[in-house]
Amino acid sequence: MEIIKIGMADLGVSKSPDRLRTTGLGSCVGVVLYDASKKIAGMAHVMLPDSSLAKGNEFNIGKYADTAIPQLIKEMEQAGSSVKNLIAKMAGGAQMFSFLSGNDTMRIGPRNVEACKTMLKEAGIRIVAEDTGGNCGRTIEMDPETGILQIRTVNQGVKDV
Amino acid sequence: MSFFSNFGEFQIDVLREVGNIGAGNAATALSKLIQKEVDMKVPQVKILEFDEIADFVGGAEALVVTVFLRVEGDCPGNMFFIVDYASARNLLRKLFGIQETVEADEQLSEMELSALHEIGNILAGSYLSSLADFTNLNMQPSVPALAIDMAGAILSYGLIELGNSGDFALTIDTAFFEGNEEVEGHFFLLPDPESLNKLFSALGVPLDGNY
Repeated sequence: MEIIKIGMADLGVSKSPDRLRTTGLGSCVGVVLYDASKKIAGMAHVMLPDSSLAKGNEFNIGKYADTAIPQLIKEMEQAGSSVKNLIAKMAGGAQMFSFLSGNDTMRIGPRNVEACKTMLKEAGIRIVAEDTGGNCGRTIEMDPETGILQIRTVNQGVKDV
Repeated sequence: MSFFSNFGEFQIDVLREVGNIGAGNAATALSKLIQKEVDMKVPQVKILEFDEIADFVGGAEALVVTVFLRVEGDCPGNMFFIVDYASARNLLRKLFGIQETVEADEQLSEMELSALHEIGNILAGSYLSSLADFTNLNMQPSVPALAIDMAGAILSYGLIELGNSGDFALTIDTAFFEGNEEVEGHFFLLPDPESLNKLFSALGVPLDGNY
């Protein structure tokens, strides 16, 4: 078994028994796609909601919800999955500094979550589990063998969804 | 990377000096607070991929205590004052002379959190004001915010603004430590991309790297 690390603004796909892992999700959102029949999982570490905000023409498509999720679906299909078999799980989108409010940057967590949901809905992918919002950082690990997403936080320990 | 690629050694040196001045003043303030000598390391100026930044403070999952503030004014950016959990406890002990009565992994009390908040505020404030004096730029700290969590989750917050302009961040990192290394921490300054030009022109530094 190998653990494939997904960095910030990165995405990747793995087949059982290889797991996917991303660490230190704050306001970023970890989106996981899963095909139970083929035991294939994909993970994206989304940093920002909308690529129209990008300055300049070249940007990393893993960074934005509206580009990362279509790309992840594409890579899942290339790995042999079909979009109709996919389900989604999400974690992250926290507001790390709770008493800063007002301007848009500060609300980036909830906006990332919203943008990911919109993209998944457009693709017709059902979200079966979600641990978003709050004010804590999360580390997540996806096991394509079982389809279980493990979420670790500093204060609330580990939970499986 | 293109934005930063025209930086030469000279520009990096100037930024290192910026870190030196800011953190030097902050370290002096800390030294007065805890009545102990505080040393600092030579600032590191690095252009890093987002993922690499958390490595400075022990990795994305390391538990850290952080005071964050947004720098507003002529030269906007983000500022972090980071200490690990053990250092935060030692800092509080030195500051108040309180002996450790609770287990090391127990949560900090309201009072202790408030004290850390204020320490971060004082130190970051002295970092910024010395920098503002030095550059003659208007730099004001926002109201500081405190978080205790994974380093990666916290630091990524400071990268949101940068995320729209690229995949790299310029960080000015200065580590400091108290005499026998019971308190160790970092100051991070992450200027917004547009701020660097202003910073350099305020200091009379050419931008093309061919100095």
